[in-house]
Amino acid sequence: MASSLPQAASYRWEQRVFRWRELIASIEALEDRKPVTPDELRQAMQLYPELARDLASARQAAPSSRLTVELEGYYQRLHRALFRTPRIRLNDTLSFLRNELPALARGLRLQILSLGLAFVFFALAGWWLVSAFPELASLFASDEMIETVEGGKLWTSGLLNVMPSSVLSVEIFTNNVMVALFAMCLGVLYGLGTLYILALNGLMLGGIFAFTAQHGLADDLFEFVIAHGVVELSIIVIASAIGFSIGESLARPGELRRSESFRRAVQRGMKLMLPCLVFLIGAGFIEGYISPDPAFGLWTRVLVGIGYFLIFLVFLNGWYWSVLTNAYVPKPLGSPAPRPRG
Amino acid sequence: MKIKTATGVDLNFRVAGPGARSYAYCIDLHIRVLFALTLFFGLSFLWSGAVRVPDSTSEGSELFWYLVFALPLAVYFLYHPVFELLAKGRTPGKRIAGVRIVTQDAQVSGALPILIRNVLRIVDSLPFVYLVGLLTTYFTRDSVRLGDVAAGTLLVYDGDEYGKRKSGELISPEALDRYGVELTEIAQDLLDRWNQLEVSQRQEMGAKLLARLTPDTPAPDESEAVRGRIRDVLAGAHANRD
Repeated sequence: MASSLPQAASYRWEQRVFRWRELIASIEALEDRKPVTPDELRQAMQLYPELARDLASARQAAPSSRLTVELEGYYQRLHRALFRTPRIRLNDTLSFLRNELPALARGLRLQILSLGLAFVFFALAGWWLVSAFPELASLFASDEMIETVEGGKLWTSGLLNVMPSSVLSVEIFTNNVMVALFAMCLGVLYGLGTLYILALNGLMLGGIFAFTAQHGLADDLFEFVIAHGVVELSIIVIASAIGFSIGESLARPGELRRSESFRRAVQRGMKLMLPCLVFLIGAGFIEGYISPDPAFGLWTRVLVGIGYFLIFLVFLNGWYWSVLTNAYVPKPLGSPAPRPRG
Repeated sequence: MKIKTATGVDLNFRVAGPGARSYAYCIDLHIRVLFALTLFFGLSFLWSGAVRVPDSTSEGSELFWYLVFALPLAVYFLYHPVFELLAKGRTPGKRIAGVRIVTQDAQVSGALPILIRNVLRIVDSLPFVYLVGLLTTYFTRDSVRLGDVAAGTLLVYDGDEYGKRKSGELISPEALDRYGVELTEIAQDLLDRWNQLEVSQRQEMGAKLLARLTPDTPAPDESEAVRGRIRDVLAGAHANRD
């Protein structure tokens, strides 16, 4: 129950009412996010410390009174309105794409390279396992897939007769996005979860290629995979590198608190992951529309696959800016501003 | 929890615990599942006059599939981030539960933290029914799940101790201006406690209060009329003044 607010001899609450009326109008104008005039902003800035003083007095006089609760609410709203995060504008996005994204990718170069090699290793291990022990193919392929391949056909042939490209694409990119996000997020298990996802994907790829090779269908599988697979697998590797950096932030936080180190690693990782997800969705459309369609020949698929990968590389490294602006100088994150000469 | 500000007067927030989180999540889950299913069946019915799945060779099935399959899927997966972004940290479920996502310095959260806390649901929802998330809310100081730790966000109660009434509905500056802080607080307190009082007490206290608020007009004889009069007096303070 609210306690009544005693009249403090030194504080005439009623005299403050006209300022609170102005305050409500100010808060509403700021919250609307419409452009405010300099005068309106100046008024809000003046009201902020006044309101703080009123609130402090009210808290002291009667902490649970209605007026105190009311002023608490106004103070929260005015604080939020005055100190809100600035909107993301087009310039911020362009600056991110030009400077921050390439710097983030460069910062993870070592992890990307190491995990790329690890992926190749797991793929070779999968190939060797299924070549040496053919019965292990059932670990990587369903019974239906095995039956189809043993019948001399790839499970991907005639895929478009079963479901339309749109469904296929949506299914594929949803699945791929989930795999990439899992690879990233499971880095929270000190990188072990990420390693599991990477190893599983590598072993599957190698194992299935070995299995199809045993039935003379490896070329057909390569033809199916090449258009979408290069970018898709690259992004899985990048997601794994981000996952490992998250794991490392927990294992070796340095001078930061573990939670702060984790927060920074996830934020850096997510900034890199977002553009990759866009490309992953693109790869899903290629896998839905081009890969299963027999109308596209091998060289067209190779061209699409390599071309899409090059576009991905150019985008990730910000190389296109030099073409667009003719003044591209990559800036590493956190580098000091250049000193004026003389 | 307290958040320091430039004026030296702290902002006070009550952090929402696992109960409020679960409550908000359950409401949101129902809304998005029902909405996605309605969209799926509704569009399917509008397209073909029946709830059925066409084969890949049927005319226009590409567009059909994008509408019927991808749209509900997008609604289901993007429900949380889109609402949290557009409604300043609140989904319909959070609004009903009276909670809001804010940053650690009490600001409305930006796009990146919102995305991060939603992507990290992947880990928080493991191995089932958000067990990781629930456990972390029990064991962390600010009752945050892993996604909130990563995003630097908090879930706080948005309302006040007077329940669901928003700031601005508790006390009217006009009434304060006319009757003073003490009398206005007493009047609004009495209205709040009205149903808990005996009829005779209502009548007696209401009449005494009205004698102070409007000394020139005698109080009505019936208790409900007394309540209506007090309300009118508080609400009409501004008009009376004009």
